[in-house]
Amino acid sequence: MPKVTFIEHNGTAHTVEAANGDSLMRAAVDNNVPGIDGDCGGECACATCHVYVEAAWWDKVGGRTETEETMLSFAAATKDNSRLCCQITMSDALDGIVVHTPDGQH
Amino acid sequence: MNHISMDAVRAAEERAWSTPLADLAPADPQLFKDDAHWAYFERLRKEDPIHFTRDSEFGPYWSITKYKDIMAVDTNHKVFSSLSTLGGISIRDQRADFPLPMFIAMDPPVHDAQRKVVSPIVAPGNLAILEQTIRERAETILDGLPRGETFDWVDRVSIELTTQMLATLFDFPFHDRRKLTRWSDVATTIAGPGGLVETEEQRQAELRECAGYFMGLWNQRVNAPPTTDLISMLAHGESTRNMTPQEFLGNLILLIVGGNDTTRNSLTGSLYAFSKFPQEYQKLRANPALLDSAIPEIIRWQTPLAHMRRTAVADIEIGGKHIKAGDKVIMWYVSGNRDEEVIENPNALIVDRARPRQHLSFGFGVHRCVGNRSRGTPRCR
Repeated sequence: MPKVTFIEHNGTAHTVEAANGDSLMRAAVDNNVPGIDGDCGGECACATCHVYVEAAWWDKVGGRTETEETMLSFAAATKDNSRLCCQITMSDALDGIVVHTPDGQH
Repeated sequence: MNHISMDAVRAAEERAWSTPLADLAPADPQLFKDDAHWAYFERLRKEDPIHFTRDSEFGPYWSITKYKDIMAVDTNHKVFSSLSTLGGISIRDQRADFPLPMFIAMDPPVHDAQRKVVSPIVAPGNLAILEQTIRERAETILDGLPRGETFDWVDRVSIELTTQMLATLFDFPFHDRRKLTRWSDVATTIAGPGGLVETEEQRQAELRECAGYFMGLWNQRVNAPPTTDLISMLAHGESTRNMTPQEFLGNLILLIVGGNDTTRNSLTGSLYAFSKFPQEYQKLRANPALLDSAIPEIIRWQTPLAHMRRTAVADIEIGGKHIKAGDKVIMWYVSGNRDEEVIENPNALIVDRARPRQHLSFGFGVHRCVGNRSRGTPRCR
């Protein structure tokens, strides 16, 4: 299975496997990765799975939808490379992707 | 204080299951007063999860009672409008003769712009600044409680603490803080004989007094350099500084009620919950780290806001039912939070639940509670 690495705000890295077709949020929650809440279960409706995508992967993860843009605009500490990771679907092309979690989701 | 009568609860349970389905009307204030609404929603979730009530004191309305259907309505703001001119966000229609426009009762894009002005106050950085103050005040309130005698927890703790917090957020004159409590209560009450206010006129007069008081604060702040309190943020915010007086009052009421009523309910609900589930309280006492999950669990179990309302602006089919443009649609958060299909053993308070933040109490989508960061996290404990 492809792998994804979440790096916490304090620098701690967590590398977990994610099945193709699953979202990064699902992989994080199922593997108890701290810093990703995913309160809405992947509906793009709570903005609690906010991550910063490392530059090398930015072009590969696809663009934000209008809904994601709106929800992100209500999140704290967003940057140009912010995404809601429930909207990033795992695939072989994303094997090895690295994302960073913010200071807090709430 | 309300005393829950077990007879009333049993009688309501009996009615909940014996009333013909077509006549079932869950939006009955007395049911909630008696804590007897649970059986109504249990039956609706089982037999008619998207239910139409033809006639009630609030007119005809749809009841959405299951978690996933509520999520579908809440996240579809294009079909399900919050607009105050269509009736707003409460089952009781917004009065046309006393409109209170507020961003929670607006749709994008105006909603998004106004919301963004106030959201920084509950951003993690700002909450961290307030944390010490909140802790000290909570300690003072708790240390000052009488021992070995009966007292009113709601007044001495729930109201006092939330009102102090609100006064801090607004930088509101501290000695006048109970005015905030009063205005919050008046804003949400239904006027009537023996009620909090006797008439709609009295209600509006008190809210105008609120507007006048805040207008004074606005004038002070608008002429001073920007600070981090809410009034200053509104007075200086790009999207809010040109609000009409009615819009200003509307958004103030929203912030007062949003910061007052709901938190009061969960602070009170926590004590009630622990009295019903003493073993959970023991669990928490033995391991205070469980506060991280206990707080959202209480917010789910108690559900500070029982419902939110939308108005359909297009015909839509949901769960096999045909909702028409113009229909009033009630999302019963209080029911969705007890939906056994999504939440295991939902009637139990479990302080170490695996996914405690999976609940509807903050809503979902663009109107998700702006204060969810301040309430749902242990920063506020």
